[in-house]
Amino acid sequence: MKDKARGTATLILRDQTFTVPAGITVREAIRHVGLVPESVLPTRDGELIPEDERLQDGDVIRLVAVISGGWA
Amino acid sequence: MKRCRKCGERAVIYMRQHRLALCKEHYLEWFVEQTARTIRKYRMFTKHDRVLVAVSGGKDSLALWDVLWRLGYQADGLYIGLGIDGGIAYSDRSREVVEAFAQERGLHLIVEDVPTLYGESIPEMARRTHRGRGKPCSVCGLVKRHIMNRVARDHGYTVLATGHNLDDEAAVLFANVMTWQVGYLARQDPVLPARDGLVKKVKPFFRFYERETAAYALLRGIAYIYDECPFAQGARSIYFKEVLNRLEEERPGTKLQFFLGFLKAKKQGAFAAIQEQAEGELHACEVCGQPTTAPGRCAFCRLVTPLTSPTPTPSP
Ligand code: SF4
Ligand SMILES: [Zn+2]
Ligand SMILES: [Zn+2]
Repeated sequence: MKDKARGTATLILRDQTFTVPAGITVREAIRHVGLVPESVLPTRDGELIPEDERLQDGDVIRLVAVISGGWA
Repeated sequence: MKRCRKCGERAVIYMRQHRLALCKEHYLEWFVEQTARTIRKYRMFTKHDRVLVAVSGGKDSLALWDVLWRLGYQADGLYIGLGIDGGIAYSDRSREVVEAFAQERGLHLIVEDVPTLYGESIPEMARRTHRGRGKPCSVCGLVKRHIMNRVARDHGYTVLATGHNLDDEAAVLFANVMTWQVGYLARQDPVLPARDGLVKKVKPFFRFYERETAAYALLRGIAYIYDECPFAQGARSIYFKEVLNRLEEERPGTKLQFFLGFLKAKKQGAFAAIQEQAEGELHACEVCGQPTTAPGRCAFCRLVTPLTSPTPTPSP
């Protein structure tokens, strides 16, 4: 049941894509899809965007994973 | 909407644990300044030192090299080719990224290629010796530590710097506390002084969250390898980092307190007894001459000498 008037935005993390309602903040959207905001950086067109920005209909936000692994 | 503390423009990043919001320009400036402060505060090195930065092609090590260069330190890079492909040509691509980075800035890079030098890639060494339950990470760590120290010694570097961030350190600490590996606790430190043939080792980024080093690389426009080493997938370190980030999410500052609290306890002598044990005498390896805890051949030489090693074995 999505709010047609507000539309949706898309979050992309590596090969995963999530659809979220527009109108919420980037931070809320990240939590909404079960990710931890501390573990990702939101970008639009390659530029870092603030977490308190509100998503617009049609926004495509790429999340850059900040965690890297390997034990050495 | 959060505004930059320095100029009042719209902030691009907010660090909850410091309650600090900054715009792009001031974030880049802050990050470089903080690194300089950490280097001074923990007496890591001075402008007189020759620093060797271990660079993997990932965001942290390239960001570190970039910052040290901007601060005017004498910092050269060391790239170690591990011979890891994993279907994504991981080693080849990371080498290209590091070479391009050095070239753009006119920096000096030393390249050591494990398969060329020792006749085997890291995964091959791990397979032959059945070490690490399918993951070559313990072999990889051993080989990298050995090569880093050898190159630093051979080329007269006084300090070895790595790009480890607070999340790396907190995850290692967390894992070692979960299993009470007290010997490792005693040895974990952002500054390990030189001793018995071991070059001083420092981690100038150890107070930055991983999110901050990633933001620096992104805002600075550093081209780094985003794909992980294929063996990092499902690594314990990633799991512990995720767990710590969930705690951090609920209580900003948790990771930082966890690690700084540990360093403080250590300084107060909480691990003194184990530290003494851990700092027992080192011996020179009879093959390569590098320091080792037990007399005889070091762990590295036991790993590689079954093959023709480029270092000639002196007759006993
Ligand atoms: S993940 Fe393991 S094998 Fe890959 S670079 Fe890190 S330590 Fe080496
Ligand atoms: Zn500003
Ligand atoms: Zn040896």
